[in-house]
Amino acid sequence: MTAQNPRPEGARQPRDAAHWAHYVEALKVPEGAVGLNVEGRRVVGPLQGFGKMWQKTYRVRLMGASASPAEVVGVWRERFPELSGFGKGFRVPSGGLAPGAAALLGGLSGVMVLYSDEESFTYMTPEGHPFSGWITFSAYEEEDGTTVAQAHLLIRANDPIYELMMPLGLHKAEDSIWQRTLRNLAAYFGANGEVETRVVCVDPRRQWRRYGNIRHNALVLSALHAVTAPLRQLRLRSAG
Amino acid sequence: MPQAQITMEVRRVSDKVSIIDVKGELTAFAEGVLMDAYNQASDGSVRAIILNFEGLEYMNSSGIGLLVTLLIRVNREKQRLLTYGLSDHYRNIFQITRLDDAIGIYDSEEEAVRAADAK
Repeated sequence: MTAQNPRPEGARQPRDAAHWAHYVEALKVPEGAVGLNVEGRRVVGPLQGFGKMWQKTYRVRLMGASASPAEVVGVWRERFPELSGFGKGFRVPSGGLAPGAAALLGGLSGVMVLYSDEESFTYMTPEGHPFSGWITFSAYEEEDGTTVAQAHLLIRANDPIYELMMPLGLHKAEDSIWQRTLRNLAAYFGANGEVETRVVCVDPRRQWRRYGNIRHNALVLSALHAVTAPLRQLRLRSAG
Repeated sequence: MPQAQITMEVRRVSDKVSIIDVKGELTAFAEGVLMDAYNQASDGSVRAIILNFEGLEYMNSSGIGLLVTLLIRVNREKQRLLTYGLSDHYRNIFQITRLDDAIGIYDSEEEAVRAADAK
């Protein structure tokens, strides 16, 4: 899905140029894939969401492992479905998790790869996803030579329904997913290390003008799609 | 942790407007430098902060995240955040991350200052 912009010959590009996705008006899913709540959607950052803005950082020191940050992130990217626990529920496009690629998530929503380099990669969410924002997976080396793996989220609940769900389990579910991911990553490298979690409310104000995001709510649209399936079948039969 | 490969100098161009000249690499390691520069640029009377990105050499997704947290602080102080000096490449990044929804982008310092003074 990566959009390729032609570059003028001889133009000097910054060294991060190849790491970023190019602008696209709307996401496209690979042919043959079902991306009800991804196809045609715009990506949204933390500024476009409805709820309070949260910064969540999950970190694990890979003590006892000799892997470099680049090796850790390479494995993380390659084995993302397995390490995150999403498994087949996270559908990686054929070109892999390259900048601009759209991955489908559980038939409900998806993510776009906003940025990817040797030591980090970042997802951005589409309209309708529970969160509007970015999540960056990265690794770095501390002064003592220990590699630290980190997942860093900057998110808002996308609409009022999801914002209501935050204290009712959505926060906790999000924490569980990334804590599990980091534990799995540490285990992969045979490392010991406890996952540290830090949560900061960066902006306690809700963006009420974004209440209209509800029209893209993936849960609601998926439920409606399921409920109206018999009607669509009927229409197909009468057309055929 | 690696050192920040960035410098930020603050200029006060009027009672209400400060400019932060960003030179180097905007990554997660620039957080301290950016917040120090903001604190220096912002006092009781400043109503607009302009980021000059003419010297920006590299930015990753963590760097973009820093701009969001800066924006939240700016808005909390009822100030505005504007930019100029972005190359086409970095304008594309502002567009795809939808930062351009909330941060004004201008072609020159003069235009940015005029826009900052306008309201």
